[in-house]
Amino acid sequence: MPRPFVPKVLTANALIEGDVVYLAPDGGWTRHHAQAELIEDEATAALRLLDAEARGHEVVGPYLADAARGPKGPEPVHVRESFRTRGPSNYAHGKQERA
Amino acid sequence: MYRYSEFDEAFVRSRVAQFREQVARRIDGSLTEDEFKPLRLMNGLYLQLHAYMLRVAIPYGTLNGAQMRALADIADRWDKGYGHFTTRQNIQFNWPKLQDVPDMLDALADVGMHAIQTSGNTIRNVTADHFAGAAADEVMDPRPVAELIRQWSTDHPEFQFLPRKFKVAVTGSPADRAVTAAHDIGLRLVLRDGAVGAQVLVGGGLGRTPMIGKVLKDFVPLADLLPYLEAVVAVYNLIGRRDNKYKARIKITVHETGIEEIRAQVEAEFAARKPLFSGADQAALAAIAAQFAPPEFDAAGPGDDAEWRHADPVFRAFVDTNVTAHRHPDYAILTVSLKAHGATPGDCSSAQMRVLAGLAERYAHDELRVSHEQNIVLPHLPRRHLKAVHEALLEAGLATANVGLASDIIACPGMDYCALATARSIPVAQGIALRLEELRVEREVGPLKIKISGCINACGHHHVGHIGILGLDRAGVETYQITLGGDGGPDAAIGERAGPGFAYDEIVPAVERILTAYLALREGPGETFLDAVRRVGLGPFRSALYGEGAGEAQADAA
Ligand code: SF4
Repeated sequence: MPRPFVPKVLTANALIEGDVVYLAPDGGWTRHHAQAELIEDEATAALRLLDAEARGHEVVGPYLADAARGPKGPEPVHVRESFRTRGPSNYAHGKQERA
Repeated sequence: MYRYSEFDEAFVRSRVAQFREQVARRIDGSLTEDEFKPLRLMNGLYLQLHAYMLRVAIPYGTLNGAQMRALADIADRWDKGYGHFTTRQNIQFNWPKLQDVPDMLDALADVGMHAIQTSGNTIRNVTADHFAGAAADEVMDPRPVAELIRQWSTDHPEFQFLPRKFKVAVTGSPADRAVTAAHDIGLRLVLRDGAVGAQVLVGGGLGRTPMIGKVLKDFVPLADLLPYLEAVVAVYNLIGRRDNKYKARIKITVHETGIEEIRAQVEAEFAARKPLFSGADQAALAAIAAQFAPPEFDAAGPGDDAEWRHADPVFRAFVDTNVTAHRHPDYAILTVSLKAHGATPGDCSSAQMRVLAGLAERYAHDELRVSHEQNIVLPHLPRRHLKAVHEALLEAGLATANVGLASDIIACPGMDYCALATARSIPVAQGIALRLEELRVEREVGPLKIKISGCINACGHHHVGHIGILGLDRAGVETYQITLGGDGGPDAAIGERAGPGFAYDEIVPAVERILTAYLALREGPGETFLDAVRRVGLGPFRSALYGEGAGEAQADAA
């Protein structure tokens, strides 16, 4: 039996600031994980990644990251991805600074 | 002070101008990331977890006041008001914006600095002891030898396509502050019958397969050093593996071929190559040595620092830990700790940078060094100014008296910044240092090196930490592996794994249990942590970490 597909969000870094961005359901980029599109099947995921790779003038290094459905929107699964939603832990820099 | 001869103003300016155009073309969409990435990496610009990062080269870790001030200005104008000094003796800015980077590079060029990175499978930067030219225990300043090797290897036609990158370190002191045994080639300058030569180590390295360098030859006279090195690199170039990136470093070649066989091949190569060296290299060495000539030491005497020591216990504690003996009796080497308890190891605010620049200019022959232990050094400070410097440092929050003690922790950026990381390092270092301060035990514990890496690449040198901590990712969660008994000094050793890893919230208490066990079992304050580990082995520490009896059980399992 094929393993069930783990839902994904598509994420990258913004070209100019390097800030973490996510692909939103409307096809734009959002800076908030919870506003990302939760991709629930493999074919769509592959398609989104291809599209994102063609948008190299907006973002750098797009990839698919595991995510889970949460009450306010998609939530990160891996610690690395949850750090990326906030910023470093030694200073309130990055996203948490603007939150 | 030495002016980096490679710093060719016209060349650096033209590189910045080129990069300015490349950035513009990246932003307007005419360059793809695949095309742009190698260009930005060559210019020291990396993409990290949350932002870009600019890595600035500091050759031999040496800076003057104006350069330090320029770093402060860059931090304020284009970053977040601080910089991070790394274990590779360079500085990183963590928050540059892409379009600002060319301006940052121009500001660096204004003070003779650049961010150009060496890359490729060549002989990379050559490093030397951060107390070079100042230490009392030094046989010879290692930097001229390091610089000679750098000049010889740059564009050496035979060595542009080695199996893998190649790093050389040189120390002039028996204390080996350059961790020579963890480099592809390590050179330890020694005296024999009144002549200087080098003990040559080969095949050291950390990372995925950590190894301590082996002595290839006990003594190579200075005049034979370049032909001998050429022979070593030529042998490696021929027999080093090119089929597997992870087996391509010379440490694997030495491991698989055996040191005797390598030695025999090197000797044969050396015999063939030596006659081709005319002695021009020795003339070059003399010219380079002149560039590294020490400042003119003033003979104003030691002043009254001895009396201050007596009167002021805070000053005394500071001098006891942070001062190293200088070759001139009226001078001190002062290490300024960037490890205030709870601070990020290696971080320095722009205000602190300006204070350091000012102190160097005013009191210490306008020279600063960055150490691989992520501290800043005033290598030539007249002792009579120690008190004034201490007071200025106190005011700037830079007078932490912990150099060489347990809270003087090396930590790589880890998962707070680094895209390659598998776990965080910085908060672990902060947690340990804060706990040590709370317990007020670090003076009692004495000399102890704790080193933390956030992944197997080992930028935090955890393998050679007396206590090494390696952060890993286990199913999406951070876990930390402890090694004990590592040593980066003259008797270099790779630490041994204590046992199963610890969760993020368990690692600080685990380190505390190790220290408690050490204090209970040591033979007296004279027995350092490392000596104690060497005497009793890991058993008692395993029991302290994993419970009674674990000492024996773990010994089998590990
Ligand atoms: S050891 Fe790993 S996590 Fe730390 S700086 Fe090096 S690559 Fe990054």
